Amino acid sequence: MSETKPKPQGAVQTTGHSWDGDLQEFNNPLPAWWLWGFYATVLFAVIYWVLFPAWPIAGGYTTGVMNTITFVDGSGEERTTHWNTRSLLLKEMQQSESAQRSREYLEKVAATDYQEILSDPEMMDFTRSMAKGLFGDNCAACHGTGGSGVIGLFPNLADDDWLWGGTVEQIETSIRAGRYGFMPEFRNTLNAQQLDDVATYVLSLSGNKVDQTVAARGEKIFQTDTGGCYYCHTESGTGLESQGAANLTDQVWTVADVNGAETLDAQKAEVKQVIRNGVERRMPGWSERLTAAQIKLLTVFVHELGGGQ
Amino acid sequence: MTESSAQQMSAARVSIYPRSVKGRFRNVKWAILGFAYGVYFLLPWLRWERSVGPDQAVLFDIADRKFYMFGLVAHAQDLFWLTGFLLIAALLLFFVTGIAGRVFCGYFCFQTLWTDLYMLIERLVQGDRVARIRLDKAPWGAGKLLRKSLTHLLWLLAAFWTGLTFTLYWANAPQLLTQWFTGAAPFAAYATTLFLTATTYVMAGLAREQVCTYMCPYARFQSVMFDADTRIVAYDGKRGEGAMGRHKVTRDLKTQDQRARQNVGDCIDCGYCVQVCPTGIDIRDGLQVQCITCALCIDACDTIMDTLGWGPGLIRYTSEKQSRGETSRIWKPKTIAYGLFLVAAVMGLGWSISQQAPLEMSVVQVRQPLFVRLSDGRIQNSYELHLENKTDEPLQLAIMMRGLAGSELDLGKLASIELGAQRSVRVVARVRWEAEHRVKGSRSFQFDVVPQQRVDIGMVSAPATFYLPGGEH
Repeated sequence: MSETKPKPQGAVQTTGHSWDGDLQEFNNPLPAWWLWGFYATVLFAVIYWVLFPAWPIAGGYTTGVMNTITFVDGSGEERTTHWNTRSLLLKEMQQSESAQRSREYLEKVAATDYQEILSDPEMMDFTRSMAKGLFGDNCAACHGTGGSGVIGLFPNLADDDWLWGGTVEQIETSIRAGRYGFMPEFRNTLNAQQLDDVATYVLSLSGNKVDQTVAARGEKIFQTDTGGCYYCHTESGTGLESQGAANLTDQVWTVADVNGAETLDAQKAEVKQVIRNGVERRMPGWSERLTAAQIKLLTVFVHELGGGQ
Repeated sequence: MTESSAQQMSAARVSIYPRSVKGRFRNVKWAILGFAYGVYFLLPWLRWERSVGPDQAVLFDIADRKFYMFGLVAHAQDLFWLTGFLLIAALLLFFVTGIAGRVFCGYFCFQTLWTDLYMLIERLVQGDRVARIRLDKAPWGAGKLLRKSLTHLLWLLAAFWTGLTFTLYWANAPQLLTQWFTGAAPFAAYATTLFLTATTYVMAGLAREQVCTYMCPYARFQSVMFDADTRIVAYDGKRGEGAMGRHKVTRDLKTQDQRARQNVGDCIDCGYCVQVCPTGIDIRDGLQVQCITCALCIDACDTIMDTLGWGPGLIRYTSEKQSRGETSRIWKPKTIAYGLFLVAAVMGLGWSISQQAPLEMSVVQVRQPLFVRLSDGRIQNSYELHLENKTDEPLQLAIMMRGLAGSELDLGKLASIELGAQRSVRVVARVRWEAEHRVKGSRSFQFDVVPQQRVDIGMVSAPATFYLPGGEH
């Protein structure tokens, strides 16, 4: 193999600078295409400034010319704006191929009755993925992302206890028309002793070991017009669904945090608190805000959360 | 600082007019080019019978996340095969480079293949080297305009078909082709085609050897894989130069004997090896970064040596050691290691592909809420089961669980799950369990999915965890 010939002195251009008499600097020029490539990026930037939103100016910005997006806004009106990514996303969500495909499937789900949706794994899959977004936008603020609610304030949708009924029809009614849960306060009706008695009786309903004589006194108040509790909670304590009255015989507590209390006294205190102050909970109706199809999706979603009836 | 002269900001490219050559390496390169183009341009048109899915042999379906390659259907979660494939490609490159130098560059690289095609077009329209130099020097006229524009037109056509073919791999080829020309194809198809048309035209037509010299990263890290044993294309300086250097054939220097007497080497300085070089270097200057080892200079020199009857090999494949008269070792720790890794990667990928399960299940715990207390005091956990049927027939699936004594599995109203061929679905399963007194924390169990009436496909299991209140304390 032959040696590489060294480049003869002076073959490489110098910058023409000279320090200390003989110290010089090589100039290895760029390939021409590289330099032109750089000029091309400059040109690209200028064209971009003209076509797209680019420069901030007092109270606004340059919006770009000859570059608009047309989409349908929330009120169903067609709007044309200058190019911007937010409108681009809206347009994509309305007009893209996948958006059209999911709209078609949504129409299919909307035309199918509940029992058929519930027994079709693919429709359930679709419903779940669509309803998750709806639930997050509209319901999660109170009921939480997973529907677990806040004790005392917003019912837990992920358990099997349904205040207003857990069939798809009842759930749909709850979402469409809203619910108003009300229990009067007993602070003026019952004295401290009576409150303690009723609370003890209420706790006994769900199998807690309590003082039987105290519970018997409480039962009298509960089952007669002294307290009148049985009007809504019924004589057996299972509660009237039409009133959204809680079932006091099961292990789920939606207002009094009984499961979170350690001792019987603490549990009693929780229950007394609720009886003394009453309950007033209101869920708005969503028929004006959501379409029938959206309510249907949410119904199936909520039904599945806890395993509905 | 003494003076300030006008500085050159950029250096203009020196035009290269590679001359055509015939020979065994040129033949090998044409054969590889023919084969590679045959595969690339025809593959999207090859049909393939499938009971479910498209009838195209190779189709990468992004929308449905399925990648069809003949009898194999790769799903989204098989994407790591691509990693395996790329690893194999890289190792193969290292392995081959370690042994035989820049074989990829000279014979297989797209830049080399497409540049070869573009040079062929150029030659057919404008003639060989001398004719092209003359044409470039000639003043503009009808003839020059015609030849030049015809060349660029053919280049653009080749580039366009290259770009269009690439898009055909991502959709049903005949349908997309019709759509493309009727304006009904998706934007991505037009954008991809035009982008690749532009890059092909610029890279193979205009930039050419500059891609290898300035842009290609692979060319830049050659040096770490090269050593004195690596095969390179080199000029035999000892034979070519002699003590008095190379010399043209003259009356006194006609035969090898005459030249030997005057200490002149075999190289007749005809310049053929320089003229055929696609990167415009003189191989007689030794190993250079621009050299892609296309071996065309070997063909050129051998042709001359043959004519003179002096025997081939003045320029030949050799290694630094061999050219010094030593023996080259091919198998040494570096190449053996590359080879072993390569074999391991190929076997690993092959094993993984052969083990593709016909039915898959993965379990994701619903974590919000992690658990819920039910009205009867039991605890409920929810799970999302992702089921995927990779067979070509619908499957009837039963979901079961085990490992949690006394628990109840609730799938809602889904009696059994029918899952279509090559389809997937997510199912929510709720598990209810009455934990024994004081049991806290979590328990492991597993979900089983059993295909009904299909004994050939076994049960598929996936682990899951049941969480109880107080577990986090």
